[in-house]
Amino acid sequence: MLRLPKFEVATPTSVGEAIALLAEAGPSALVVAGGTDLLPNLKHELATPELVVSLAAIRELVGIRVDADGALAIGAMTTLAEVAASELVRTRAPALAQAASLVAGPQLRTMGTLGGNVLLDTRCQWINQSYFWRSALGFCLKKDGTKCHVVEGGQKCVAAASNDTAPALMTLGATLELEGAAGRRSQPLDDFWIADGIYNKKLSHAELLTEVRVPPTAAGHRGAYGKLRERNSIDFPLLGVAVRLDVDASERVQAVDIVVTALAAQPKRLARVAELLIGIAAHGAEFERAVEAVASTAAKQCHPLPNIPGDHEWRKAMVPVWVRRTLRAAAGRGGPVHED
Amino acid sequence: MRGRMGLLHLRINGDDVEVAAPSHWTLLEVLRYRLGLTGSKQGCDKGDCGACTVLLDGKPVLSCLTLARTVEGRAVTTIEGLMPAHVAAGGKGADPVQDAFDRCGALQCGFCQSGIMLSARALLDRNPNPSDEDVRAALAGNLCRCTGYTQIYQAVELAIAEATGKRPTPRSWESAEPRGSP
Repeated sequence: MLRLPKFEVATPTSVGEAIALLAEAGPSALVVAGGTDLLPNLKHELATPELVVSLAAIRELVGIRVDADGALAIGAMTTLAEVAASELVRTRAPALAQAASLVAGPQLRTMGTLGGNVLLDTRCQWINQSYFWRSALGFCLKKDGTKCHVVEGGQKCVAAASNDTAPALMTLGATLELEGAAGRRSQPLDDFWIADGIYNKKLSHAELLTEVRVPPTAAGHRGAYGKLRERNSIDFPLLGVAVRLDVDASERVQAVDIVVTALAAQPKRLARVAELLIGIAAHGAEFERAVEAVASTAAKQCHPLPNIPGDHEWRKAMVPVWVRRTLRAAAGRGGPVHED
Repeated sequence: MRGRMGLLHLRINGDDVEVAAPSHWTLLEVLRYRLGLTGSKQGCDKGDCGACTVLLDGKPVLSCLTLARTVEGRAVTTIEGLMPAHVAAGGKGADPVQDAFDRCGALQCGFCQSGIMLSARALLDRNPNPSDEDVRAALAGNLCRCTGYTQIYQAVELAIAEATGKRPTPRSWESAEPRGSP
């Protein structure tokens, strides 16, 4: 039995009310969306808040719509199941729908929200453990300790970004709409992350993520998400690959973007991908050669660490495999990519 | 003050219930330790096993990761509510899913069974004629450590066949290629 530490619960019904509660309570308050990650973390005493502010009763945070400018706007409390099933998302942002469909298992997708997944805390096999377990090792850099068990002598926490939807949203050029006591701001997701596993995002304590906006995608937009995990029915990613591949009317690659996650504290955008793919046909022998070249450069750029489960050498060997499969899936309007 | 006792107004299995519980308690704790509804099981208690699955407004959720305070005003269905709901809707005896599990012997220790039957019930309410893949996907969040799942899928298939008036289709797992190692 895992008990939660004692705290109070607030259930505001508007964003304004939630922000006021957070501002008043200060850092001793935490926000809970679906609760599927925060509650296990609280049970493990990774935080001991005095107040937990649930966003579950805020109706204005739920829904998927297309704005006048053609952008897809998804409320932060829209569940992952709703995002995965939405025709609007599937047609305009297939990589996002696929990524949402591969988060955890059915009950957790019914509870978990897009906002919660985007803001998911980093994970590490040395931190996502009970208090007793962590205390036996003298804790670690991320919480209560001074030693990193992943990198010998490491002074910077390398807990891994493990949110499947974030890399997909990055390939789609998404923006986060944030609201706090000081007002609203739009934050491009590309520039949201910090390379620090202790806290990896530019989000202040009393700020809420209210909406995720995906700019309109081109007519020839294609996207896919590939996920490696231990059990396909539930686990966090051991590796996540999001691909955007836009083609023109003659099926030639116009734009391409690949973002890989579950490596270190932030998702990683692969470099030198555009030069290998833009201008070539999205099928056939030429495409296959380019895919091999991209897979090979991905392997050189990605360095999995022994921070999350799964042998890190094996995860490294899987980088080119998963990049190859996900690129092919995007080109062929397929995906999501996962083991049966 | 943290963890203060408070009055919760819940709707459990069609009944309005007022119950006092500490503010930080989960729905599972309130069900088991205040209301005596011990059909929802406390397994891993951190969202891995699915033994605590209940239906929230008809959708399966994990009660061990749901703060009781956050489900006020919403309809909670536990395994104890399946048969009364079936009878109230004019049916006889147990819910057809429960009946099929009984007839197929789709249990050994029974610990996972409440959660699995609720996941199955939610699937059939959403889609009365799901494919084998739909059934597997819907039950993917419920672990069983005894049965190997065969009789569980068989039971759901029987419930589907009876509800739709069809014969059970050939069982996919009997002809399937060996699945990849985990």
